[in-house]
Amino acid sequence: MFVAQTLPTVTASWYVSLAALLFAIGAVGLLVRRNPLVMFMCVELMLNAVNLTFVAFARSMGDLGGQALVFFVMVVAAAEVVVGLAIMVALLRRRPDATTADDVAALRG
Amino acid sequence: MLDLVWLIPAFPLFGFAVLVLFGRKLGDPAAGWLATLMVGGSFAAAIAVFVGLLGLDGEERFAVRTLFEWIPVGNFSVDVGVLIDPLSMTMVLFVTGIATLIHLYAIGYMAGDEKFSKFFIYLNLFVFSMLMLVLGDNLLLTFLGWEGVGACSYLLISFWFGDEANASAGKKAFVTNRIGDFGFMIAAFLTFATIGSIRYVDVLAKAPTMAAVTATAVTLLLLVGACGKSAQLPLYVWLPDAMAGPTPVSALIHAATMVTAGVYLLTRMNPVIAAAYDWAPTTIAWVGGITALFAATIAVAQNDIKKVLAYSTVSQLGYLFLAVGLGGYVPAIFHMITHAFFKALLFLAAGSVIHGMHHEQDMRRFGGLARLLPITAGTFIVGWLAIAGVPPFSGFWSKDEVLAYAWQENKALWVIGLLTALLTAFYMSRQVFLTFFGRYRFGDPSVEELNAAWDTRIAVAGGAGIDAAAAIATAETALDEAVAAVGVAEEAVTAARADADAAAAAAAAVDEASVEAARSAVASAEDKDAKKAAEKALKELEKPAKDAEKALSAAAKAEGAVEAARARVADAEAVVVEARRAAEAAAAAADDVRRAAESGRPRSTAVPLLEAPDASGVEDFLPHEVAHRRAYHPHESPWTMTLPLVLLSGGAIVAGGLNLPFAKSLHVLEHWLEPALFGHETHLELSGTAKIALAAVAVAVGLVGIGSAAAVYLRGRGDRAAIEQSILADAWRVDRSFAWFMGGPGRRSFDLAARFDRTVVDGAVNGVATLVRTASSGLRVAQTGYVRTYALGIALGTVALLVLFLSRAAF
Repeated sequence: MFVAQTLPTVTASWYVSLAALLFAIGAVGLLVRRNPLVMFMCVELMLNAVNLTFVAFARSMGDLGGQALVFFVMVVAAAEVVVGLAIMVALLRRRPDATTADDVAALRG
Repeated sequence: MLDLVWLIPAFPLFGFAVLVLFGRKLGDPAAGWLATLMVGGSFAAAIAVFVGLLGLDGEERFAVRTLFEWIPVGNFSVDVGVLIDPLSMTMVLFVTGIATLIHLYAIGYMAGDEKFSKFFIYLNLFVFSMLMLVLGDNLLLTFLGWEGVGACSYLLISFWFGDEANASAGKKAFVTNRIGDFGFMIAAFLTFATIGSIRYVDVLAKAPTMAAVTATAVTLLLLVGACGKSAQLPLYVWLPDAMAGPTPVSALIHAATMVTAGVYLLTRMNPVIAAAYDWAPTTIAWVGGITALFAATIAVAQNDIKKVLAYSTVSQLGYLFLAVGLGGYVPAIFHMITHAFFKALLFLAAGSVIHGMHHEQDMRRFGGLARLLPITAGTFIVGWLAIAGVPPFSGFWSKDEVLAYAWQENKALWVIGLLTALLTAFYMSRQVFLTFFGRYRFGDPSVEELNAAWDTRIAVAGGAGIDAAAAIATAETALDEAVAAVGVAEEAVTAARADADAAAAAAAAVDEASVEAARSAVASAEDKDAKKAAEKALKELEKPAKDAEKALSAAAKAEGAVEAARARVADAEAVVVEARRAAEAAAAAADDVRRAAESGRPRSTAVPLLEAPDASGVEDFLPHEVAHRRAYHPHESPWTMTLPLVLLSGGAIVAGGLNLPFAKSLHVLEHWLEPALFGHETHLELSGTAKIALAAVAVAVGLVGIGSAAAVYLRGRGDRAAIEQSILADAWRVDRSFAWFMGGPGRRSFDLAARFDRTVVDGAVNGVATLVRTASSGLRVAQTGYVRTYALGIALGTVALLVLFLSRAAF
């Protein structure tokens, strides 16, 4: 007999857990990868994990402030990507061999 | 009328600005006329303000006109404002009046100088600074003027900086004045710290409430400043050297105006001096008295016409300090005014002499110029009588008043003042007699020139001896050659004789009979061939005889050659003898010259004054300069120079009328200055007879000075060298010992201070820098340059923060 199984209720903790997972993936990716583009994507992942947290908490707490803050984060992320990609393009023009992040270590003490 | 006061400094400032921008274009003499006009305008404005001030009652003659706010900082605020009171107006009147005349004079004096317009730029800037000094209504503005006149003085002393001596004289003046300025600055700080204001209005009003210790400190520090600017012991050393500047500068800055700034400042601050311990003003008086006597002794032995006047200025400024220290502000200002007239006059007249004498400054080379430069001489004599204290010239009245104060307050200082008066009369008379009277000495060869001429003559005689020795050597060589020729000829004779003997023997060996037989054979020969053979045989037989004849004649010729060679030897011997005689004569002549030089050379380094130096014997050997000087004719200066002389001599005669001692109503200057002195001045309380007796003593002393100078320098009595001691000519070795100290122990202590600065002070600074550098080079290892390292750092930091927050939340 068909028992109408009720799907478990999706609570905020699910979203927060997902966000934590995404953040961890991003953080580990940033630390272990050498390709600048991938590192960038990892940063984006972390930012969006935070965004997800914001939205989840905004929903559960009924405070629109969190959702509004997401827009700020997205704008900042977009600006950051623009600047970051511009730096990378400029860097590759000057040094075509600098393909990994470790090749750019001019600030070594 | 008082509102016109801003015009007084504005005129020279405007002139300065115009000359800076267009001075070169205006050139010579337009730039000078503009500058003169500006200072003249300033004088006119000063008269207008003076008239305005006369229109007020005595007690109201004190006005401040603020021009603009200068430095408003918290409760410290300085305005640019002018203080109009009898004291500042007195200073302004004589500064602008005398400056106008000196500007006019400078047009003539500086004519043709390639930096003509620059000279007047400095001169106008100087007048502006001097006016700010005396008109400023606060200590800072006075200090501004004080530094301004110092800077102009430096620029003008080293005006002809191409000459090393002028440049270093300028530096000396500037550095010496710096020491004094330091005192002034500290005094101003101290005044502000105690009174809370540096405006004269407040300072003078609150001075009586000052603690005696503070007032004494301010007084002494002001004295240090005044000693620098007004050339008192021990900071006077720059003023005699300042004579390196053009003469109008010496007259304007270093005699009439700038050097009186110290006296002005002390007079201005008289309430502070009154609040100080009694020994503070006494110190001022003693500094002045000792300086007066000290400088007068030096002036006695100077030969440079301007140096005498320079030391005289130092000495007269000493009188001013003496008077100020005794509370005699009125006689100080009185003598300052009369001194400004007659000393400016003396300097300008001396400049006219220098101008007319082709820039010669040594008085020993002058003499008898009264005929050649009549206006200069006449005006100089007026100045001389004024400074020597001969009545009724101005110097008599003012100096007598100073001496009267000294008699009333301190008898020892009176004696010093009287001795100074004696020396003043003596050295000024010496100067006048050396310059304008006696024999005209400009064409005289100097001691050095005479010695040089004798050296030349000795060298010429020695040269003749050397020529004679060379002639002997030549003759002796010729003799040797002739003797050698005789030897050669004699050998030739011997050889010829031997040849002749051999030939004769050969000839004797030929038989007479065989010759005869041969002759007959020639005669009897029939055919041609036989005759030829016979003739040949005959010739063979006759040849030895002919050879013998030839050899004989050759021997005779050789003997003749020997005779000729011997004759040449005799001739050569005669030449040698002649040459030796000539050499002996030359040596004798050289000895004569040397002997003549011994008696003819100048006996001492002293320049003969009364009779001409003995140049007989070396007339033809004197350097060219002497001939140039003999051909030179001194000329009187142009009217732009003589007019100021005449006007100043008028002032030097009548300026005494400012404060005649006969009746209270004649004390014009005293009444006029009273409001500015706040009753702190000492009053003369001598009876009429005492005054007359003091005046008689002063006049007698002056006449003794003049008379003894006349005896020594006109009549030739007494020993000149005993008076002009070398230690006096060398200024008591003061400059020399300063130089020694600065070069020796002073230099070493400065080096020590420099080493302290380098090692300890710089060491601390550098040590801190080294510490930071070492620490950071250790820390820089942390910077890998890898993005991931920084990311890890951030991650770890985040985790650490998280742990912190969580642990906080848990408890």
